[in-house]
Amino acid sequence: MSKVFIAFQANEDSRPVIEAILEDNPDAVSTTSPAMVKIDCKDRLVIRRESIESRIGRSFDLQEIQLNLITLTGHLDEDDDQLTLSWKR
Amino acid sequence: MATVAISTYVFEPKDKVENFRGKQLLYIGWEDHLMYCAPLAFPFPGAMPFKAILEQVLPGCYGAHPDFARVDWSTVEWFKSGTSWHPDYDKSIAENGLGHKDVIRFRTPGLNGINGTCS
Amino acid sequence: MDMEASKKKLGLKERYNHLTRGLGWETTYQPMEKVFPYTRYEGIKIHDWDKWEDPFRLTMDAYWKYQGEKEKKLYAIIDAFAQNNGHLGVSDARYINTLKLFIQGVSPLEYMAHRGFAHVGRQFDGVSARIACQMQSVDELRHAQTQMHTVSNYNKYYNGMHSWRHWHDRVWYLSVPKSFFDDAMSAGPFEFVVAISFAFEYVLTNLLFVPFMSGAAYNGDMATVTFGFSAQSDESRHMTLGLEIIKFILEQDPGNVPIVQRWLDKWFWRGYKVLTLVSMMMDYMLPKKVMSWKEAWEIYGEQNGGALFNDLARYGIRKPKGWEQASIEKDHLSHQAWSTFYNYGAAALFHTWTPTDGEKDWLSAKYPDTFDKLYRPRFEHWEQQAKEGKRFYNGTLPMLCTTCQIPMFFTEPTDPTKICYRESDYKGDKYHFCSDHCKDIFDYEPEKYVQSWLPVHQIYQGNCFNPGVDPTVPGFDPLRAVLDYYHTNFGRDNFDFEGSEDQKNFARWHGDDAGGA
Repeated sequence: MSKVFIAFQANEDSRPVIEAILEDNPDAVSTTSPAMVKIDCKDRLVIRRESIESRIGRSFDLQEIQLNLITLTGHLDEDDDQLTLSWKR
Repeated sequence: MATVAISTYVFEPKDKVENFRGKQLLYIGWEDHLMYCAPLAFPFPGAMPFKAILEQVLPGCYGAHPDFARVDWSTVEWFKSGTSWHPDYDKSIAENGLGHKDVIRFRTPGLNGINGTCS
Repeated sequence: MDMEASKKKLGLKERYNHLTRGLGWETTYQPMEKVFPYTRYEGIKIHDWDKWEDPFRLTMDAYWKYQGEKEKKLYAIIDAFAQNNGHLGVSDARYINTLKLFIQGVSPLEYMAHRGFAHVGRQFDGVSARIACQMQSVDELRHAQTQMHTVSNYNKYYNGMHSWRHWHDRVWYLSVPKSFFDDAMSAGPFEFVVAISFAFEYVLTNLLFVPFMSGAAYNGDMATVTFGFSAQSDESRHMTLGLEIIKFILEQDPGNVPIVQRWLDKWFWRGYKVLTLVSMMMDYMLPKKVMSWKEAWEIYGEQNGGALFNDLARYGIRKPKGWEQASIEKDHLSHQAWSTFYNYGAAALFHTWTPTDGEKDWLSAKYPDTFDKLYRPRFEHWEQQAKEGKRFYNGTLPMLCTTCQIPMFFTEPTDPTKICYRESDYKGDKYHFCSDHCKDIFDYEPEKYVQSWLPVHQIYQGNCFNPGVDPTVPGFDPLRAVLDYYHTNFGRDNFDFEGSEDQKNFARWHGDDAGGA
């Protein structure tokens, strides 16, 4: 089994993103360390724009997550609607 | 292998012996005494007696170790580039066959560092 | 107006394609290989540059917008830091020494990365490759600048940060990161991106920034957390690019695979050696510790790297040669590194110390197989000596590894009580190494490493004294003369933390001066 992960700065901007990830990826596990939240997930993890928008009540450009991104691993694919990290392609 | 390059790639070594103003480099390590984190580097004239290293140089370098005062140079085991070696203390560094950037180590049987931990 | 607004905006992929496919052209006045003269001699074959893609698909408008926002966030915090005496808020003045190590050892590399990516951002034939490298070049310049700005606030109050640029080219331990980057910069553009984007950014950078910044957060240093994470947000993009670069090169031609594998073997090991400094920072220099080097290596090295190399196996790529040895060394690296700086604390431009009793217990718990057996007795001996007024300093310069330039303190993978000695003969001279892998790197390209500017040898050649200094006068003190050449504030920047000006000032600023002043 290979894990992908993504980590965000622990702040208000990141909160809805993290919530959306945890809901959309049932296997995802988050770990909090000083100033940082890291989310690990088996093989594949998806961030969906709509899930974030439904939480913040405004339109959201997925590229905004770059402002609070700390690190990630896996192959990345991003379009207007979702960002995917995966090991199996 | 040669370095892949866009043109001829040949350079003078930065540490050729001519750059050391009449001296040559010698590295010395004390086995089982890692309180001294790494072997030491010295610039010595080749004509310097080997004995001078033991009597005049190393006490200043290793003297802070509690084992050093108990070193008996007559029973010390020497290694040059890792293989057993027998220097003649009365001859010079060069006469002992030591060239530029040679590395020698000595082991002091019975002395194994702080509390025997090789520190 | 309504017509304009209702017109469907271009999607992310379309925008990126317009930028990276629409704006390039094949040159006609001069052949492409003369316009891009450095992308063929390394032996890498590229058949279709359009296969290179930034997975984030960042376009220039988005790039400037988001980078601008990052800067605003960062400078708001730096201002608040300066206005609120942020320099007093850290856990302990010992913590500041991690910042010294950072500004001395890491920030100059950010600037070198800026230069390196500006260079390859001109040299690659493909437009998307050039754009990605140019963005990264601007990122790296931003990192260097924001780090300088942040640390400048500390420099007003603490020693050891005033001449870091001067030090980078001269000071013995800084030749380790410097030579690492110079090695990459003097290679061809493909080796450079494999070295920096992939081996360093992708495989190793998590081990540099995440522990440093989490450590800063845990020790009350919000300014550093902010510049660190601000830089790290770019780093995520660089890492992603690093993985894409590898896939791109490997997919272009099967002949590229062995070349890339050799670069991975080399650059994994070169990068890992530089991280030696991080290991001791995590285990010894942070007053409040986040995780041990061993734990960090297990998470970011073994686990994450393992997933990565499993994935790359489909191209015929295996783990770098030094991988297993790095895992063996995880129980020893930080202890041996900190011991070395403790040895040479008179010549280091930050303070060193022996761990407190609580810290020693933490180290025992984190390193149950090695700390009590091998390293605790060493530190306790030094602690005792210092109590008796005989703080141990090693006054003789160490033997260095020709490749990584680190003092030869690494032990045999099979025996942690024996120094690992390796050597090669080349054109009548001997060269020495700390490990099989550093020897392999030399043996493959000896002509490159015969040029190594090894600080110890340079000092003995007389090249590290100020002009006019006469080393033949009676009573000449070479260590002092070298530290003058370094521009050291002697007695303030160096020596033990105990009794340092930093320690006294911090206590005084907090009103707990033992002298009652």
